[in-house]
Amino acid sequence: MDMIPEKPATFRPGEPAKVIRVLSDDGTLDPRHDPGLSDAEVLDIYRWMVTTRQLDERLVALQRQGRIGFHVGSLGEEAAIIGSAFAMRKSDWLFPCYREFGAALMRGFPLQKFVDNMFGNANDTVLGRQMPDHYTCREVGWCSISSPVGTQITQAVGFSWGAKIDGKDVASLVYFGDGATSSTDFHSGMNFAGVFKVPVVFFCRNNGWAISVPVERQTATRTFAEKAAAYGIPGVRVDGNDLFAVVSVVREAVRRGEQGLGPTLIEAITYRMGGHSTSDDPNRYRATDELKPWADRDPLERGRLYLERRKLWDDRKELALIADIDQRFRAAVAVSEKTPPPPLESMFEDVYEKPPWHLQEERAELLRGPRAPSPHS
Amino acid sequence: MSQMNMVQAINEALRSSMRRDKRVVVLGEDVGKVGGVFRVTAGLSEEFGEERVIDTPLSENGIVGCAVGMALYGMVPVVEIQFADFIWPAYDQIVNELAKYRYRSGGEYPAKLVIRTPVGGGIRGGHYHSQHPEAAFIHVAGLKIVCPSNPYDAKGLLLASIQDPDPVLFFEPKRVYRAAKGEVPENDYIVPLESAKVVRAGRHVTVLAYGAMLYEALDAAAKASEKGVEAEVIDLRTLWPVDIATIVTSVKHTGRLVVVHEAARTCGFGAELVTLVVERCFYHLEAPPVRVTGFDTPFPYSLEMEYMPLSHRILPALLDSARS
Repeated sequence: MDMIPEKPATFRPGEPAKVIRVLSDDGTLDPRHDPGLSDAEVLDIYRWMVTTRQLDERLVALQRQGRIGFHVGSLGEEAAIIGSAFAMRKSDWLFPCYREFGAALMRGFPLQKFVDNMFGNANDTVLGRQMPDHYTCREVGWCSISSPVGTQITQAVGFSWGAKIDGKDVASLVYFGDGATSSTDFHSGMNFAGVFKVPVVFFCRNNGWAISVPVERQTATRTFAEKAAAYGIPGVRVDGNDLFAVVSVVREAVRRGEQGLGPTLIEAITYRMGGHSTSDDPNRYRATDELKPWADRDPLERGRLYLERRKLWDDRKELALIADIDQRFRAAVAVSEKTPPPPLESMFEDVYEKPPWHLQEERAELLRGPRAPSPHS
Repeated sequence: MSQMNMVQAINEALRSSMRRDKRVVVLGEDVGKVGGVFRVTAGLSEEFGEERVIDTPLSENGIVGCAVGMALYGMVPVVEIQFADFIWPAYDQIVNELAKYRYRSGGEYPAKLVIRTPVGGGIRGGHYHSQHPEAAFIHVAGLKIVCPSNPYDAKGLLLASIQDPDPVLFFEPKRVYRAAKGEVPENDYIVPLESAKVVRAGRHVTVLAYGAMLYEALDAAAKASEKGVEAEVIDLRTLWPVDIATIVTSVKHTGRLVVVHEAARTCGFGAELVTLVVERCFYHLEAPPVRVTGFDTPFPYSLEMEYMPLSHRILPALLDSARS
């Protein structure tokens, strides 16, 4: 008896129960983990956070108007998403879940292309083959998006592992939610990355919910960060609504990779303020008063408080930024809506590099056959 | 030219691919020091090092998921799944990820890799070392499926598979890994994908077979010949996309079709082959097409020789078809 401790062992290295936080409620920074961002850098991050939220609101409106089919938003998670992507080097690669469009735009994915994807038109980089928010942009180190959760985790590991074999220093940052920590790929990816010391930043957006399933139903561990212990890698918890803390922690994870120390698991604690997607109604499974404490910790308001204290931001600038986003978004939507759907033939391209005989036959069958009454009717 | 078995021929193809192209890496369970449980990767670790011949943790999902990531980077991974029966944890990565990457990314991310895996029964392997699961992969858009029957084709087809721009599943018939011997050139050469081979000419009935069952079909054809029935035996070599032209030419000539495969019958590859032939050759057919296949049961251990579509079951199908 007494061989098995009554409580699960707590994870000592890195003390995952502790949450790294830099930006305090009064808008000042804790110097211990201050990433030392310049004013211009903070402004850049803040603008992208605002841009993300503004686009989210407009895309939901477009969906409600029936002009696009779907949107999966990031309301409340902007600091986790933008801060983490900001901390990665240009030569690094990002493996998205599906809730990080703001990061793609910040990396250089053109707004027009993003909106084209929302409409699935002929100019969509993925030619309307996937749902909205499943775009890709190789040019800016942004991988293709899959709806099943977790599958990108092992791929991110393989990507940087391939680079390592090739003698290149390429870190991958892989986004996933708390729900994906239950997936096979989370376990496999963490395990492989640990064994082969692959420079991967496992970035778990713990936003409290996987559609309607709360974190208590994903795991019996106290934290997601402590799961790292099982793979012999460090895990750390960070305030995901604190852009400074997110930048600091991700930068340190990248440095560890650079030094050959391998992967890091980051649990960014945040909250999904909206539904899972436009198809979801969160009122069916959570009370609105649960949002209150998180609304008080809104990542945009916290960022703005910092900027205002330093006299870097005010209402006039905010309104000008929003007006600019609105104008650019409207212009992009106008173009996307006028762009025709992808050509029929495109259905058969890219299945293989060249269509084999059976796809050539099927393409001919489609082209000579009757047309569907109207798309998505 | 030298006499080789399939294990040696596949090993040669891997070795020369790795010598020619630094992007080629081999990964799987036990592929390193021990050279794989069938020794197909023997000696590669010594020549190319642990970084390119990688003994992985025991997770097919992890192996294929990581290999997909390597392919996205630009490496050319050649994965070994120890037995095809163990491939299912990787099915999601193969079906939803690997097969769809080029398409779903608008061509930005072709994920090129090869998955090699031993298939088939007749080795006293029981349920979990004997399955022949091609149909579950042929059904998936975006994959190419290869199954050689002899050392010459194995080397040429594997070299072609590694150079091909699309993901390839390379099924190795383990029953004839060492039994099938033949002359194999030392130089590299390609056996083109999508090319079937007529290995025995005949005018009465066409037999489609592949992998280890090719030899059973040939044995049955020889016995049928003694009874005056001349079977034309076609080794499909690439299962998908299949060489439909060679099949159609033959069936239009013979008017009869027998399809042989080890896998279970229902929704097996034979169902597709028969349909393709009926759609194209209906008015040339003199008899109903016949499938000689494994049964719709799990693969049995003690009764495996009764389960498999061996020569003794193919022969009556040939004779009945030719005489009907």
